[in-house]
Amino acid sequence: MSISRRIFLKKAGCAGCALACAGTISKAAAAMKNSGHLFEARYYDKLDNRKIRCNLCPRECVIDDLERGYCGVRENQGGTYYSLVYGKACSAHIDPVEKKPLFHFLPGTNAFSISTVGCNVMCKFCQNWEISQSTPEQIQSYDLPPENVAAIARQKNCSSIAYTYGEPVVFTEYMYDSAQAGHGYGVKSVMISNGYIQEKPMRDLCKVLDAVKIDLKAYTERFYKELVSGELRPVLDTLALLREENMWNEIVYLVIPNQNDDPRELRDMCKWIVKELGEDVPIHFSRFHPQYRLKNVPPTPVQTLKKAHQIALDSGLHYAYIGNVPGDPAESTYCPACGKVVIRRIGYSITENNLNSGKCSACGNPIAGVWQS
Amino acid sequence: MALSLPSEWACAEADDMPRSSITHGAAKSSVIIATRSDVRSGKMVNSDSVQKMMDSAVENLFRQKARRVWGTLFSSNDTVGLKVNCLAGKLFSTHQEMVWSVVERLREAGVEKSQIIVWDRRNLDLERAGYKLQTRSNDVRCYGNDHAGFTRRIFEYGSVGSQLSNILYQQCNKVINFPVLKDHGIAGMTGALKNYFGAINNPNKYHLDCGDPYIADINRLYPIRKKSVLNFCDALTAQYEGGPPFMPQWSWHMNSILAATDPVAMDQIIWDIIEEKREENGFESLEAAGRKPTYIATAADQNHQCGTNDHEKINVVKV
Repeated sequence: MSISRRIFLKKAGCAGCALACAGTISKAAAAMKNSGHLFEARYYDKLDNRKIRCNLCPRECVIDDLERGYCGVRENQGGTYYSLVYGKACSAHIDPVEKKPLFHFLPGTNAFSISTVGCNVMCKFCQNWEISQSTPEQIQSYDLPPENVAAIARQKNCSSIAYTYGEPVVFTEYMYDSAQAGHGYGVKSVMISNGYIQEKPMRDLCKVLDAVKIDLKAYTERFYKELVSGELRPVLDTLALLREENMWNEIVYLVIPNQNDDPRELRDMCKWIVKELGEDVPIHFSRFHPQYRLKNVPPTPVQTLKKAHQIALDSGLHYAYIGNVPGDPAESTYCPACGKVVIRRIGYSITENNLNSGKCSACGNPIAGVWQS
Repeated sequence: MALSLPSEWACAEADDMPRSSITHGAAKSSVIIATRSDVRSGKMVNSDSVQKMMDSAVENLFRQKARRVWGTLFSSNDTVGLKVNCLAGKLFSTHQEMVWSVVERLREAGVEKSQIIVWDRRNLDLERAGYKLQTRSNDVRCYGNDHAGFTRRIFEYGSVGSQLSNILYQQCNKVINFPVLKDHGIAGMTGALKNYFGAINNPNKYHLDCGDPYIADINRLYPIRKKSVLNFCDALTAQYEGGPPFMPQWSWHMNSILAATDPVAMDQIIWDIIEEKREENGFESLEAAGRKPTYIATAADQNHQCGTNDHEKINVVKV
């Protein structure tokens, strides 16, 4: 578990899926890499003069013939909009589901994790910018159609497929079809996303997904505008929609020194979560490390994370965690009723599990989550 | 022939080099508009006529004989990138006649064939526009960024952070820019400045707010500023509405080539031409259409200094 996410991604990306999946992707599939076929995108309107309007994310890009949307992976060709990444994974790996992180979803199981290139925002602190901020021409991808994704997940005893690393919103058609195929094999699906998506595609995804982790990057529009090139409001709307759809949801908040670590902002956000989403939504405060275009900011002091963690608990949230600080006690799950450890973790490993049929074995209090496949 | 490649560190060090030290214009920026009525023979473009227009444009821009100009600007030590614009396919991309006329003059100036690279975003774009891909090193090369790849380093200025095409950054030490004169559905118009979107990995991120300040910021990146030597805008066919794809109903045969060392001055004049044509055909101004190309003024401001957009400082010469 000492391998960093960045190094892993590099290895997974460079070696390709074939290595990561230990031969599970056939030679034939590998030979089909970059074969260049197109898949008509969903969620768009045809406009005059061969223009289209993309309705996938809140940007609603209006795109001329032969141009691409902001994401760089959806292209207008003659007035028809295509996904350039459908069935084209640039990264594939088997991860513990805790790495997503999802702490209340089938703990101790593995997730077959895939990604394509592309993203619909541009975070200056992106950990995976080499794939998220690239175009399909820049990164080697392999043909990995949805049916194969599901079959590999099943073959490798993964309880779920995770759409992660990059931004799955931009490969929503691929994600939807893979999730549907996965259910045919008894494999669940989890989306690891920025939540910057329109209502219709998100509601459609809720029909085939089993859990969603949202990166809530800050609680101010200023931060979203300056550091994300996006907006906060649509992300909050997505979180509310997930609640309405009864989708299991966990939130990650990457704490960046002097950018989104103001205690008032954190308190306001936690209050909003309690009020709009409920006190059982887990929140993970993750430690920032200098990346991409934000290399001049130091790593988050652990003390700042501890403060954020305490603010969440004081605000009434039942499950608050600290991430990217291996060994910290706040990596574990505590019963909100008796305070005893329910699941003890070190990094992505579970060292103690006191959950009994979804309840605290000490006091019998139900612990929110998806515990059985 | 060995080419001295700039190190990434060296580029970072030189980031503040002012444009005035790397261009060749006088205090007043000149934009030459060369026009010939005999440039077309039916549907064909007359390459001899194009060559004469190009020579005439260069001579008027530098007030010297064309061959002397080329010999002064380029030598056998140079590797020269010709950045064409091939997005819109065969009917509306940089005419090859312009490109080959420059190749001929570069050869006369002593630049080896193998040291000339005709280049755009993707191989597919070049092929669609009728260019023949050539990756071998014994001839004029022709390929896209997808063949050559991008720098690992991210170049930043203002709002932008991009990886640069290896063609621009590693393979060439000088670039000649060949935009096409046309309207643009988001940025208002596309000319010399915006053509360098084809030199970065993520132009899709920079079409917000009519491309302002992104287009100006991209042109402020040191390797682009340093290496861009000349701009020839293809206005043999031009378009005042519906761009960037080719829309024949809104295009016209202008039968012109624009030449300038100052990309901002060139774009200001292109904007004027498009507005005039829009008005003539009953279209609202780009500003009224919500896509005023404000990035031109931004490129001229104190923070960017990529050239001038002040009409009083632009000398337009029609030949």
